[in-house]
Amino acid sequence: MLTPAPADSTPAGDARPVMIRMAGVEKYYGTYHALKAVNLDVHQGERIVICGPSGSGKSTLIRCINALEHHQGGEIVVDGTQVGKSSRGLDKVRAEVGMVFQSFNLFPHLTVLQNCTLAPRKVRGLAPKEAEAIAMKYLERVRIPEQANKYPGQLSGGQQQRVAIARALCMAPKVMLFDEPTSALDPEMVKEVLDTMISLAQDGMTMICVTHEMGFARQVADRVIFMDKGEIVEEGPPATFFANPKSERTRTFLGQILHH
Amino acid sequence: MIRQFTSAEFFFLLSAVRWTLLLSAIAFAGGAALGLLVALARTAPWQWLRATAGAYILVFQGTPLLMQLFLVFFGATMVGASVDPLAAAAIGLTLNAAAFLGEIWRGCIQAIPKGQWEASTALGLHYVTRMREIILPQAAKIAVAPTVGFLVMLVKSTSLASIIGFVELTRAGQIVNNATFRPFLVFGIVAAIYFALCWPLSLYARHLEKRFGTVSR
Ligand SMILES: Nc1ncnc2c1ncn2[C@@H]1O[C@H](COP(=O)(O)OP(=O)(O)OP(=O)(O)O)[C@@H](O)[C@H]1O
Ligand SMILES: [Mg+2]
Repeated sequence: MLTPAPADSTPAGDARPVMIRMAGVEKYYGTYHALKAVNLDVHQGERIVICGPSGSGKSTLIRCINALEHHQGGEIVVDGTQVGKSSRGLDKVRAEVGMVFQSFNLFPHLTVLQNCTLAPRKVRGLAPKEAEAIAMKYLERVRIPEQANKYPGQLSGGQQQRVAIARALCMAPKVMLFDEPTSALDPEMVKEVLDTMISLAQDGMTMICVTHEMGFARQVADRVIFMDKGEIVEEGPPATFFANPKSERTRTFLGQILHH
Repeated sequence: MIRQFTSAEFFFLLSAVRWTLLLSAIAFAGGAALGLLVALARTAPWQWLRATAGAYILVFQGTPLLMQLFLVFFGATMVGASVDPLAAAAIGLTLNAAAFLGEIWRGCIQAIPKGQWEASTALGLHYVTRMREIILPQAAKIAVAPTVGFLVMLVKSTSLASIIGFVELTRAGQIVNNATFRPFLVFGIVAAIYFALCWPLSLYARHLEKRFGTVSR
């Protein structure tokens, strides 16, 4: 699916294949226009950070990618599969796209290990032993294998979010979506989650992160995207994005979040 | 000729309890099975299914149980099928219980945070797996206490079956009263027996409420 991307959405010279392609995406909640002609190509292994004021459509954008929200116009293609065309395609996309939520959304009645093995068993059809081996691998990866048999309610927020990341990774996704993964955490736990995400980025995972952690953006992002009122207002590599924001709206926003 | 109220009459009343319990058990089992379908239909992704289940609930919650029993009993007789009173009462109570349990359980299903649906959807789990593994186990915990509470109501509702001639506890009381003409004594004892059946259930419901209401892991 290597159709030429609109000029404003792809840095010149990125030869990696396109993993996610959003072209002219429109999203309405009733009459409210939440996404306006959004164009975005995400290449394999690329790390994107999305920021913007509350209500600007950041969550809506990434939730359209795995069809937690259904878009009305334009097209979204994930690894060659059209989102919203067929339910088979939807299954494929959801199996390939992992998502991490602000509020963790672990399954409280299942142990950490069961949280991690459920989808691999039910969706990928793995045997319990296989699924457990994979789960333990990723729990070690997020450095909490010793919590495997506890229930989510017995863990700290930071630990829960790391379990949520491990749970998503157990499906061996090609893309990971993060929706403000550290916003619900106490400050002392933010770092452990960001470190996990950084190590994921270093391993070449394709990631789209909605976050206001600008340190993280500077360190790992290939591109930072600024959204406002349902539109992508500006984007660029972190160095230029932070040093010379082009638009007034971006400058105002960065002024607000960098000075507190 | 008026009989005395003796221990024989008392044991007659006690032995009728098994019919009250049997009817309660059938109506509860049937009501639970059908009620689960009603609750699932009420929370289904398809509007027509939600509306159908909604209409069902509206009808059975909006009309007296006694009329429902009459309609099942006389309706069956009218089309030529002779239903025995137990069957008619069991069917009527089952349909009624399904509406109430369906509505209680709909609330429990909808009380599960949206994030649980989203996380399971994002993981690629399908409707059946999502319901069976994620939503219903959590909803069941919330549902236990109000369900036992409803069971108390149901046991008492079975007394209406007496009117279509099924000899359960209340009907047995009427029979004994017609023979002994000691209404206060007889119905006092009948009421006491109902109380002895229901009170432990109420206590159990309250105990469950405390247990599941405060502990959440
Ligand atoms: N389910 C919904 N129904 C109606 N409107 C919605 C719904 N979800 C979001 N919106 C609206 O769409 C707009 C964009 O919401 P979205 O959640 O994408 O914003 P956001 O950028 O993620 O904001 P935040 O930083 O607060 O998370 C908001 O105005 C919001 O009120
Ligand atoms: Mg959001």
